[in-house]
Amino acid sequence: MYQYSDQDQQLLLERVAQFRGQVARRLKGELSEEEFKHQRLRNGLYLQLHAYMLRVAIPYGLLSSDQMRTLAHIARKYDKGYGHFSTRQNIQYNWPKLEDVPDILDDLAKVEMHAIQTSGNCIRNTTSDPLASVARDELEDPRPYCELIRQWSTFHPEFNFLPRKFKIAVSGATQDRAAVAVHDIGLRLIKNETSGENGFEVYVGGGLGRTPMIGKVIRSFLPKEDMLTYLEAILRVYNTLGRRDNIYKARIKILVHETGEDKFRELVEAEWEKIKAGGLYLKDEDFAWVKGFFKDPDYELLPDNDTEFENLLLSNTDFARWVDKNIELHKQSGYRIVYLSLKTAHQPPGDVTADQMDAIADLADKYSLSQIRTTHRQNLVLSDVKLQDLPALWEELKALDLATPNYNHVTDIISCPGLDYCALATARSIPISQAITERFDNYDFINDLGDVSINISGCINACGHHHVANIGILGVNKKGTEVYQLTLGGSAREDAAIGKIIGPAFEADEIVDAVEKVLSVYLENREDPEETFLMTYRRLGQAFFKERLYG
Amino acid sequence: MDNYIKDRKVDSNEWMPFTGLEDGDSLPTGDIYVPIEEWLNARETLLTRNGRLGVALRNTDDPAIIKDDLDRLDLVVLEFPKMADGRAFTQARLLRERYGFKGEIRATGDVLYDQLFYMQRCGINGFELRDDQNASHSLRAFDEMTVTYQPASDEELPLWRRQK
Repeated sequence: MYQYSDQDQQLLLERVAQFRGQVARRLKGELSEEEFKHQRLRNGLYLQLHAYMLRVAIPYGLLSSDQMRTLAHIARKYDKGYGHFSTRQNIQYNWPKLEDVPDILDDLAKVEMHAIQTSGNCIRNTTSDPLASVARDELEDPRPYCELIRQWSTFHPEFNFLPRKFKIAVSGATQDRAAVAVHDIGLRLIKNETSGENGFEVYVGGGLGRTPMIGKVIRSFLPKEDMLTYLEAILRVYNTLGRRDNIYKARIKILVHETGEDKFRELVEAEWEKIKAGGLYLKDEDFAWVKGFFKDPDYELLPDNDTEFENLLLSNTDFARWVDKNIELHKQSGYRIVYLSLKTAHQPPGDVTADQMDAIADLADKYSLSQIRTTHRQNLVLSDVKLQDLPALWEELKALDLATPNYNHVTDIISCPGLDYCALATARSIPISQAITERFDNYDFINDLGDVSINISGCINACGHHHVANIGILGVNKKGTEVYQLTLGGSAREDAAIGKIIGPAFEADEIVDAVEKVLSVYLENREDPEETFLMTYRRLGQAFFKERLYG
Repeated sequence: MDNYIKDRKVDSNEWMPFTGLEDGDSLPTGDIYVPIEEWLNARETLLTRNGRLGVALRNTDDPAIIKDDLDRLDLVVLEFPKMADGRAFTQARLLRERYGFKGEIRATGDVLYDQLFYMQRCGINGFELRDDQNASHSLRAFDEMTVTYQPASDEELPLWRRQK
């Protein structure tokens, strides 16, 4: 992974000192809360319902085991013993004290971590494929590009006071595990069939929130040398023309929509022509330098089978279920990718205790080259586990309650923190997620349903990405009562789509029944078990489901 | 003092804003800056004066409208109507980097301690601080961070190419 240079480290320490000064000025009353807000938000510090919330960046979702131990230490020392992994691969702490935050940042800086630009109207942490460099369907490792974007966007002097927040995701594989189409900018690595060179398909203007939109392809092929100049051109057009009169119309998706895709493309291309030969034009030496940090480890040459593994697979149903659901093939023979499910009936989705974090760090050291990845669906990944180690790892994960066999299945629910924590929320989301998990906590049912996603947001800001779930749940407050709208047919993958509201909302005690009904409509009407929920929904249509849900 | 910083020093502001020019019979003396409309309407008249001249852009103006005039101007005034409105950062970079303006680029409005670092990187070198800001204390803001990743008006190359 990327290793900080002295200058990277110096900048981080300077930033901590600067923030320490800002907190001191706030505590002395020299900074108003309104002005401090702009500063703390650029450092990931929100004021929530009960306390401050600190969001720590995990660049493109990659953590070393030492970094994970520091996250555990922070959870223990400054918080209530847990952290929450978010859909943008970051981690959030719900209970830090304002005066402790500079010390937390000091502790993070010791392991090359920070909270820079994890909130505020600036370029946020760049996210990516949690299976980068190990997936079989990968064209090229996206992380070197993410690191270049990280450096370019960090304290970018021109783009630190944008109309609104700005999120970039990069994917390098056939399957989209980074949700590029619902980002302000999504970059998808593709091969130019004529030149044989890799470059990017550039999506602009995707996003959720009040006005969910799928990103538009603004450029079908961008040579990789032009990545940063092109990003700079897009950001410059946005900073100049993005709306600032209405916070709900300030995202770039609205600019693209109101300007029109073609006109927006023209504006970007015209600006790009003027800067494409500038200092951000990337040269071979730049790629060589940054790719040097992401070289493949020295994998052992191993056969792609193992007797102990295969025996356990046949003799132990629980192990077989876990392997079936939470293990993926690795590009390297004899290795596997392991999903650690953060979705159980016992903890809110994405929550991990300090003890679990320490244990996961130890497991990464023992079994997976000392690295951990975080995912868009709020789970963790050990990316380089030897096939022969799977039985031992499974035993250890079970003991930690991290082996629920449900990855990409019905109980692998994305949920925002909702009204239990969030100042913006209008309804609770965690209790709904737990109620659904309890209702469907049956392996045979989960297995039979196959690939299906449920996402829950506790308000219209859509942090739980409900629009792009196959089954989305949006909590709203209607005349003092929390009610839940159901949207069907969304997808955050390469076939990205925004789900549609199916009908009138349900009360909290009805929503789980409604979800169950939708699932049974699917099960009763699918052509065969190979037809996923989304395929069936697309084949039969909204009206079909609506009639059976409300009829 | 004027709560004004020029080229990283607390300085006195010698410029006066001016509007309302009529018929060229009452040309103001001294260093003045005028709104962009005034400049576009009365360019030749304004240029007959001896004092230095500046133009104030709204943050919705494309700086390209004065690109051919920049060698006759000593000051371009940009506005930050509120802290969160960062359009003038782009205007400043275009004036410096694309149009090669050598005179003073001045930030006005909500010019606060914590923006100075970013403003200077975009080529702004004059700062009319908001009234409640302390100019001499604010000088520290320019050096709070000494490492910069990306090219801007003060750097041609990204850090990764400077390091090697």
